[in-house]
Amino acid sequence: MQSAPTSSSGSAVKTSSTTPLGGGGSNDSTATKRSTRVRPGDFIFRGLSTGSAVLIMVILAGVALFLIISAIPAITADWSTNSQLNTGPTAAFPNFWAYVGPLIWGTLWSAAIALLFGAPIGIGIALFISHYAPRRLASILGYLVDLLAAVPSIVFGLWGIIVIRPFLLPLSDWLSANLGWIPLFGGPVTTTGSTILAGALVLAVMILPIITSISREIFLQTPRLNEEAALALGATRWEMIRLAVFPYAKSGIVSATLLGLGRALGETMAIALIISPAILVSVRLITEGQNSQTIAANIALNFPIATTLQRDALIGTGLMLFVISLAVNSIARLIVNGKRGKRKKGKDKPSTPGPLSTLPSGDFASATAIDVVAGTPRIGVSDIEGPTPEEDIEGARY
Amino acid sequence: MLLIGFTVVGWLVLTAVVYLIALGILSVVVENRRKATDRLVRGLVTVAFLLALIPLVSTLATVIAQGASQISWSYITSVGASTFDPNTLTVTQTPGALQAIVGTLIITGIAALISVPIGLFTSIYLVEYALPKQWLARTVTFLVDVMTGIPSIVAGLFAFSLFSIIVGPKAFSGFSASVALSVLMIPTVVRACEEMLRLVPGDLREASLALGVSKFATIVKIVLPTAIAGLITGIMLAVARIIGETAPIFLAASFTDNFNANPFEGPMQTLPVLAYTGYAFPGKDIAASNASAWGAALLLVILVVILNLIARIVAKIFAPKGMR
Amino acid sequence: MSKRIEVNDLNVYYSDFLAVEGVSITIEPRTVTAFIGPSGCGKSTFLRTLNRMHEVIPGAHVKGEVLIDGNNLYDPGVDPVLVRRQVGMVFQRANPFPTMSIRDNVLAGLKLNNRRLSKADGDDLVEKGLRGANLWNEVKDRLSLPGGGLSGGQQQRLCIARAITVSPDVLLMDEPCSALDPISTLAIEDLITELKEDYTIVIVTHNMQQASRVSDRTAFFNIAGTGKPGKLIEYNDTTSIFGSPTMKETEDYVSGRFG
Repeated sequence: MQSAPTSSSGSAVKTSSTTPLGGGGSNDSTATKRSTRVRPGDFIFRGLSTGSAVLIMVILAGVALFLIISAIPAITADWSTNSQLNTGPTAAFPNFWAYVGPLIWGTLWSAAIALLFGAPIGIGIALFISHYAPRRLASILGYLVDLLAAVPSIVFGLWGIIVIRPFLLPLSDWLSANLGWIPLFGGPVTTTGSTILAGALVLAVMILPIITSISREIFLQTPRLNEEAALALGATRWEMIRLAVFPYAKSGIVSATLLGLGRALGETMAIALIISPAILVSVRLITEGQNSQTIAANIALNFPIATTLQRDALIGTGLMLFVISLAVNSIARLIVNGKRGKRKKGKDKPSTPGPLSTLPSGDFASATAIDVVAGTPRIGVSDIEGPTPEEDIEGARY
Repeated sequence: MLLIGFTVVGWLVLTAVVYLIALGILSVVVENRRKATDRLVRGLVTVAFLLALIPLVSTLATVIAQGASQISWSYITSVGASTFDPNTLTVTQTPGALQAIVGTLIITGIAALISVPIGLFTSIYLVEYALPKQWLARTVTFLVDVMTGIPSIVAGLFAFSLFSIIVGPKAFSGFSASVALSVLMIPTVVRACEEMLRLVPGDLREASLALGVSKFATIVKIVLPTAIAGLITGIMLAVARIIGETAPIFLAASFTDNFNANPFEGPMQTLPVLAYTGYAFPGKDIAASNASAWGAALLLVILVVILNLIARIVAKIFAPKGMR
Repeated sequence: MSKRIEVNDLNVYYSDFLAVEGVSITIEPRTVTAFIGPSGCGKSTFLRTLNRMHEVIPGAHVKGEVLIDGNNLYDPGVDPVLVRRQVGMVFQRANPFPTMSIRDNVLAGLKLNNRRLSKADGDDLVEKGLRGANLWNEVKDRLSLPGGGLSGGQQQRLCIARAITVSPDVLLMDEPCSALDPISTLAIEDLITELKEDYTIVIVTHNMQQASRVSDRTAFFNIAGTGKPGKLIEYNDTTSIFGSPTMKETEDYVSGRFG
């Protein structure tokens, strides 16, 4: 070892006489000797925190478990002979799967249409706020879009009834008259406007905020240098976005869209209030009474009038919805996390959170709450590359 | 009014389309294709943004226009009911939302009481205690993310199943609805609080630990007070989000015309459910039911606005720099 | 209350990564010892092992001993919280608690540990701490204002006042002046010279003039390359390190040929 521990000769003052400073000198050398007593505060607090984290897993498992327990009687019953199930809303179906199949179709179909409108607009808004709007306006504009998330879904439902339904009537008439030969626009045209098109349009409005807030977050994380490099090469703003922003944000856009899909799948009230449904597989957009019904709306409409076993059947359909949206959300989150993992690979950082770990879940709460802690900088937005290995050693804190 | 609304919106859309096409053609002629594409995209994203403002403005305008006439002191302070007069065989409906207001406040309050401690402690676990690579932390983070995507109606079904298995049939209660809302609220609270706690500079934790302060005291006396504004704001916004949930309350607490302030017994009316049933299951007097629904919707929007305002004000008052 | 620090063959790890290797050093009481060296050489990491602050980073641990007046900080029964009350620390960036007044910041170490203080005792301690940090005259009229309102240099001295109010035996300073202007730096350097009467002081600095101005002894750390562990190269009286270093690497560094 090449260090040269000094001869302690004549260098330091050897006095160890005590010169206590002030009245607070309760520490003495025995303090370090005292054995690590478990501090009760620390112990309880750590226990509560860890316990809460575990409780979240228990809750999620509980949700699945209780749905399964409640649904089993209806799933296993023979619907054609069961006296509770061969009447009323469940009368026409031989078994649970025949009942839930069209509902799953309706759920996916309405969500897909909503996504068709919502995703491009949501991503466009995000692009507008992150790369086109004046810097000073950007946060206000973002706040406006987040306001959409604050409006209760039931209000959107009511709004859909009296505004969107009549608004789409002329369009429906025109589509039916001119494009009626396309199956999408086939069937008797609506007179009230209670179409799946109207429902999906309201859904699209409702999923805008989540798509926008997540895409915006990702767009803002594009490495500034890449953007400037593209502009320096003479690219127009759009070419810069295509060359520097989109490749970087691709997976983020995909997962934002999937999260929007997840929300559209589970939305109840807008559909329940607007659409005049039937439990069947149909692609028709502008009829009434022949629209595919969604799982959530079907539950909301039939739950109050259902018998016990019919309720179990509805819970069974809810279980299917739970499984589907769980799958969609998991895939979306895994894409985000996978991206984070890839970018972090090869760096053994002790802890600094990656840029995507502060990704808001797209709700109003987290999207706006960020702005309010005064005087503290955003973590991670500009810190794409993370600390250099050197800083890792000296500068890694938490 | 609707016709005017349609023509205004129609005109807006038409103008935008014409503007975009004109812009594109002009740009191709005057500049070149690349510039034209650039301008077209700029126009498109601007239109996308303006398009999103239409539903926002339209929704708020509609709910105010429809609900304002309904809301009065007596609507807020009286219990809505329909009375059947056996002599004339008519049903008279008394508009009123008192039972719904009380129910909403009770159910949301209990849900917050359940969710805030669990959510806050979980976020403390994730930020202060968990090691980043620990499986529990990663699993919980993932599950919280996934939980934010649980359809609200599924939460309602869960609470209903839970209570019908424990309590038996006719398990509708306000508390059951609170449990359903908690399932939806916990992940929101965790995410908001986690974000706020991560904003507290590590420097402060180090300063405290270096003074020989235990981790517990550091969290309680340094980290939480520094983040308090953000925490309260996040929690208020989480409350504002679940207060408008309809489907889970509808399934778990059902609906009723009776005044019920006991969350552990019997169905409970709430504002969102009043708004829903007013249209989905109207009484004899359909117009009155619909009007009542709009009144409830406007009250709900007002509540949400108030909660958002409180959140903003709290953020201002408790902002760290301004303390003392 | 000044104490001697003795480090025997200490290795510092972040998880599996060896950050600092084989440091042995003896720091005498009532001296100022400066750690110098290029960025990333592990001097701050090593400093943080002297009051077990490095442990707050997940996965960080050490092998070896650190003795303070003969007691090993890393004995299994030792509570790191109590260690930190004995060995105070001042950080690179001034970090007064934003939610507290100047007065509360000075008393933070005591109040956060639930020490009950009478108003008079508190006043005495605040005055003593602030006088000790040469800050009393500047802030005595605004003790109830937030600490964040002070200038950078004043904030750093507030942090020193906060650190010495818990009456530690040793004071560690991690580049305390690197974010300050020259005048504030001078104020802190004067303060260090005064504080040495009562404390064992260890200071990490990038500024070699500063090291030569304030310290009695100097330790030079270096690193062979990225990914290699930092090592203690030479430790001697400050005048020797800067005047007649024995190691070639030290000479290169202090004469400005690298780093």
